[in-house]
Amino acid sequence: MAGGPSKALLAELATRPGRDTLASTATKGAFIAVSLLFLAALLFAPLVMVFATALSKGVLPYLQSFQDADTVAAIRLTLVTAAIVVPLNTVFGIAAAWAIAKFEFRGKSVLITLIDLPIAVSPVIAGLIYVLLFGIQGWFGLWLQEHNFSIIFALPGIVIATLFVTLPYVARELIPLMQQLGNDEEEAAITLGAGGLMTFFRVTLPKIRWGLVYGVILCNARAMGEFGAVSVVSGHIRGLTTTMPLHVEILYNEYNFVGAFAVASLLTLLAVLTLVIKTLVEWRTGYRKR
Amino acid sequence: MNAVRAPSILPGFGMTLGFSTFFLCAIVLIPLAALVMRTATMGWEEFLAIVLDERAVASYRLSFGAALLAAFINSVFGFVVAWTLVRYEFPGRKLIDAFIDMPFALPTAVSGIALTAVFAENGPLGQLLAAYGIRVAYTWVGIVVALTLIGLPFVVRSVQPALLEVQRDLEDAAETLGAGRFYTFRRIILPTVLPALLTGFTMAFARGVGEYGSVIFIAGNLPFETEITPLLIVIKLEEFDYAGAAALGFIMLVISFVMLLSINLLQAWGRRRMVAAGR
Repeated sequence: MAGGPSKALLAELATRPGRDTLASTATKGAFIAVSLLFLAALLFAPLVMVFATALSKGVLPYLQSFQDADTVAAIRLTLVTAAIVVPLNTVFGIAAAWAIAKFEFRGKSVLITLIDLPIAVSPVIAGLIYVLLFGIQGWFGLWLQEHNFSIIFALPGIVIATLFVTLPYVARELIPLMQQLGNDEEEAAITLGAGGLMTFFRVTLPKIRWGLVYGVILCNARAMGEFGAVSVVSGHIRGLTTTMPLHVEILYNEYNFVGAFAVASLLTLLAVLTLVIKTLVEWRTGYRKR
Repeated sequence: MNAVRAPSILPGFGMTLGFSTFFLCAIVLIPLAALVMRTATMGWEEFLAIVLDERAVASYRLSFGAALLAAFINSVFGFVVAWTLVRYEFPGRKLIDAFIDMPFALPTAVSGIALTAVFAENGPLGQLLAAYGIRVAYTWVGIVVALTLIGLPFVVRSVQPALLEVQRDLEDAAETLGAGRFYTFRRIILPTVLPALLTGFTMAFARGVGEYGSVIFIAGNLPFETEITPLLIVIKLEEFDYAGAAALGFIMLVISFVMLLSINLLQAWGRRRMVAAGR
């Protein structure tokens, strides 16, 4: 939620008598100082450190670390995973929000709880459950081996684990938004003879588009950055099943700090870009999270 | 309501509900059921031997203790940050407000290696603290620092809207009637913000208990000392000890359920208090 006090509120505050005492000014200064120091040590210092370490040997070694074949493979795997996961979870989010926001039915709260569940579950558990199903000693492990198809330690496992952890993002954004917007306009469109798809694309989608953008970029950031769940199912086969975050770990454990932080700097830029888009959506449209 | 659903002229109910239910079952419900089944087929003795193993118990103590401490630190500093952002105008306020969500957007592996670099004994802040004999990286303190980073936005984002709800005229009235600052805080501000603060605390705690990526780099990962429960699960999986991993995973899953339930109850409590206060 960007925003805080409105201009009017602040103007009103400024005119209140007895507010601008020495004590209140000192309190204000103390609060701002503590906040800024806390955020600087915890949030800002690590961000600066990522770029400082990545560029510690100069720009050339930094750029050269992206020529490494395994690094390129990791970037490609991350992009492929996100390209599969984000559209699937977007479709899921829209479908779930349509069913939940537009209709009254039994078991709705159970459905909402299930959608929230991946947020509360540890990412390691998210990986573990698929290993128990598809791993060599898992329920379907032998069957998969006989049919020469691997899910764990391969792309399908990485995709499914990422699907699990990013499942709630779009749905959680759209459900409250669509509930708040109501059904009147959609009902009018249907009454006037529009089909279901036309109603969605011409009536609903324009109303929810900022919420959708919001959900999709957060889903994408998590999909590209997920570590725990993917780490459990990936097997860490260098150049084959390592996504960017996993590749960061491998390089870091090899004491290749420039390489590790160079890949990390790309992920950091992605995070910054995500925040910029998110903030622009909030400032431009007044769209607020919660 | 006798029918399964109330009548509506809007189309697409069957298709959207069918698809989302199928998707949820395939991705979430059935795999989680597999974890529960795997644990259920285990004998009691085997299950208890795994979950009450000394190394496992030491890891719970660390995971819960560190998450609890980090959530507590976040409740204090998160409140101060939220207060600063809501009540004061200063240059860069909107940028800092947007910046709070950084831990949500930053991959955990990145925050893990970056925090380690900052707080290692040759890092900028690590050097500073080492001069006072405080070691952060590769100790439990480092785990608390990582979990504080991860949990911060949960507290700030819960408390901010609640602070906007505080009735300013009540504060002014209290002040004119002679109440001191702390009395006003304790009797007017805190009661309004408390449900939101507790919700943020629980969310940060729940996230911290399960956190893996940002912790393992800074933790040192010594058994009995700096080994968190999620890491122990990963170690058991790497040793192909599926039963051990499943049992520990089951314990963590139950805890997540309890957390989710408490968050929902806290939020319902907060809403009821809002209604009761006539807002």
